[in-house]
Amino acid sequence: MNAFFSQEVPLSWYLLLSAILFSLGVVGFLIKRNLITVFMSIELMLNGVNLSFVTFAHQWHAVKGQIFVFFVMMVAAAEAAVGLAIIIAVFRARATLAVDRIDRMKL
Amino acid sequence: MNAPLHLWLIPLLPFAGFLINGILGRRLPKWIVTTVALLAPLAAFGVVLNAAQGFFGIGAAVSSLPYIETCPLPWINIAALHVDFSFVLDQLSLVMLLVVTGVGFLIHVYSVGYMNDDEGYARYFSYLNLFLFFMTVLVLAGNALVMFIGWEGVGLASYLLIGFYFQKKSAADAGKKAFIVNRIGDFGFLIAMFLLVANFGTLTFTEIATKLGQDPGWNGGVVTVIALCLMMGAAGKSAQLPLYIWLPDAMEGPTPVSALIHAATMVTAGVYMVARTHVLFDHSPFALGVVATVGAATAIFAATIALVQNDIKRVLAYSTISQLGYMFLGCGVAAYSAAIFHLMTHAFFKALLFLAAGSVIHAIGGEQDLRKMGGLWRKLPITFAVTTVGVLAIAGIPPFAGFFSKDAILYAAFNQGTNGKILYSVGLITALLTAFYMFRLWYLAFMGTSRSPEVHPHESPWSMRGPLLILAALSICGGWIWLYGFGEFLAPVLGARVAETNSWRLLIPYTQYSLSLETVLSIVAVLVALEGWLIADKFYRRKPARPASLAAALPSGYKLLANKYFVDEFYGATVVKPLLGFSKVFLEWVVDVGILGGAAWLLGGMATFAGAILQRWQSGNLRSYAAWLAAGAAAVLLFLLVPWTTVLAYLAAIHLGVAGH
Repeated sequence: MNAFFSQEVPLSWYLLLSAILFSLGVVGFLIKRNLITVFMSIELMLNGVNLSFVTFAHQWHAVKGQIFVFFVMMVAAAEAAVGLAIIIAVFRARATLAVDRIDRMKL
Repeated sequence: MNAPLHLWLIPLLPFAGFLINGILGRRLPKWIVTTVALLAPLAAFGVVLNAAQGFFGIGAAVSSLPYIETCPLPWINIAALHVDFSFVLDQLSLVMLLVVTGVGFLIHVYSVGYMNDDEGYARYFSYLNLFLFFMTVLVLAGNALVMFIGWEGVGLASYLLIGFYFQKKSAADAGKKAFIVNRIGDFGFLIAMFLLVANFGTLTFTEIATKLGQDPGWNGGVVTVIALCLMMGAAGKSAQLPLYIWLPDAMEGPTPVSALIHAATMVTAGVYMVARTHVLFDHSPFALGVVATVGAATAIFAATIALVQNDIKRVLAYSTISQLGYMFLGCGVAAYSAAIFHLMTHAFFKALLFLAAGSVIHAIGGEQDLRKMGGLWRKLPITFAVTTVGVLAIAGIPPFAGFFSKDAILYAAFNQGTNGKILYSVGLITALLTAFYMFRLWYLAFMGTSRSPEVHPHESPWSMRGPLLILAALSICGGWIWLYGFGEFLAPVLGARVAETNSWRLLIPYTQYSLSLETVLSIVAVLVALEGWLIADKFYRRKPARPASLAAALPSGYKLLANKYFVDEFYGATVVKPLLGFSKVFLEWVVDVGILGGAAWLLGGMATFAGAILQRWQSGNLRSYAAWLAAGAAAVLLFLLVPWTTVLAYLAAIHLGVAGH
């Protein structure tokens, strides 16, 4: 292994990646019309945040950040279960997954 | 007397009856309603009797009175003002309690028969019990504030019972009229209480008496103002000039209510209050003079109206006002015992007359017009007999009760210094008028031949006849206790004030009656009463055409009396109309529609306008919500991350730098 690989990846790279992931999630959430894609964008945002948590936990040698990550993953799992169930229910009821057409709550 | 008397039971028993019948009465079978309604006043009467038995010997020395019962919890304790919820039993409240619960019970019994077919049976009795609750609180009150609670409460009960047939507009209106006119009097009572607190620092009757006694400087001035304010309250409650107008209309209520509230008990509360606070009046000759003048004026004023009324209950109503005037006349000449005595006998015979009138009305199917009665003595022998007793009693024929009490007041008035003779003559003329109009009623209703032959009257059930007979017995014998020293019995409470400089303040020393003068005055009074009877006899038996010809001869005078001096019309034009106009123009249009409505419209309009703009955000588009969320988060981040102070300072520096060049 050469020096390039033995070097530690700098903190800013991790954070940059985290920001990119989060921004991708936000953009995906905003522009995608398919409910499942929107849902995946949310997961992307969560994982972007997770990455920054882990990064800082490693940087400051604080285990709290890692614990938070576990919490977030747990919540994400629960959310996935509930969210997918809702998506199936919506699809059965409306025969569409286009978010723009699920607007019956509008005034 | 060491054993507790449990005075608190006296008001609370009727209150329990009110709660039971008021809440559950519609669902309970009738006999339970009746039992509850009758047991409550009967038990209260029992408690009063139990309290009375220890010192029932009238005239005997009663050292243990007054007996004070105070609620152990503090009631009002603000700075220097300390008011307890206390009840006081003394000779005065004892007499009143016996009248209120005793006569009250009899009228409850009577009502069982009278209201038997009414669908509001339970409601009626719950109101009646509520009235007894407040009335006993009023009577037992140890200070002005507790009395005020009872005072307002009986007004409420009176309002509810006058408007008992609330489907009838006239009854609902009469209830409102009674309540509103009473408010004017209550205003006086309130002012009096404020002044008492401001000047004496207490509302307890005994403490006020003590403080007044300690300082001979309390004369006239503020005491007069307090006494006049109290008199204003009394004039409202006891239907005196100029606030009497509600009482005749109060006859819209069921007849037993008229007997209990508007003849025997509630309307006498004003007299009781003046007697209770008589120390204040004793220290203000002017206020006493006002009381006497108002009383005498009301007595003769109402009596003249009663001469020409054709509604049997209205005759009795005006007669009640007139008799209340007598009581105030008694108070005004400082003969409080005589006034309370007349209050008691009046409670007997006026309750009797009203109940008898109710029996007549009941018998002939709701007719109240005297002109359509006649010849009833044959059909209603018992009602006729008891009415005769009542008429003789109120006319002042010995040995009936009214003779003694009226005589006592007239005697006291005659003996009263400065203008007692005038008061006495007014009282005497009133006695003449009283005898006339009562015998007129008697002749029109019972004598002669029936003027409505198609109705077939029937005597009332026993539940109505029983109370009538008992009240008749009381109307015969009730006056005799005066001979056994009723005045001396009350003396410890109403007693001989120290005679001071002014002759007004001299209390009539009942123990030193000059028998000869009294005998002469009594004979005069009886002759006057008989004269009234004779005139009535002439007008309504021997020459029945006479009243009509007299009315034709004096058309304006008759019209004036028949229309009750146009007082209602006068008040309508001077008070009610301007008030309504003011309410309409200023309160409704300016304040309500203009200011309040305008403010509401403005606020509502602003909210609507803001909503019209903001609602565009609520697009229902999920992704637009998400975009706003993201934008908001970005704004917060921007706000937190950018060092605004530095940026601002930097910008300012640039600006200054530019300006500096």
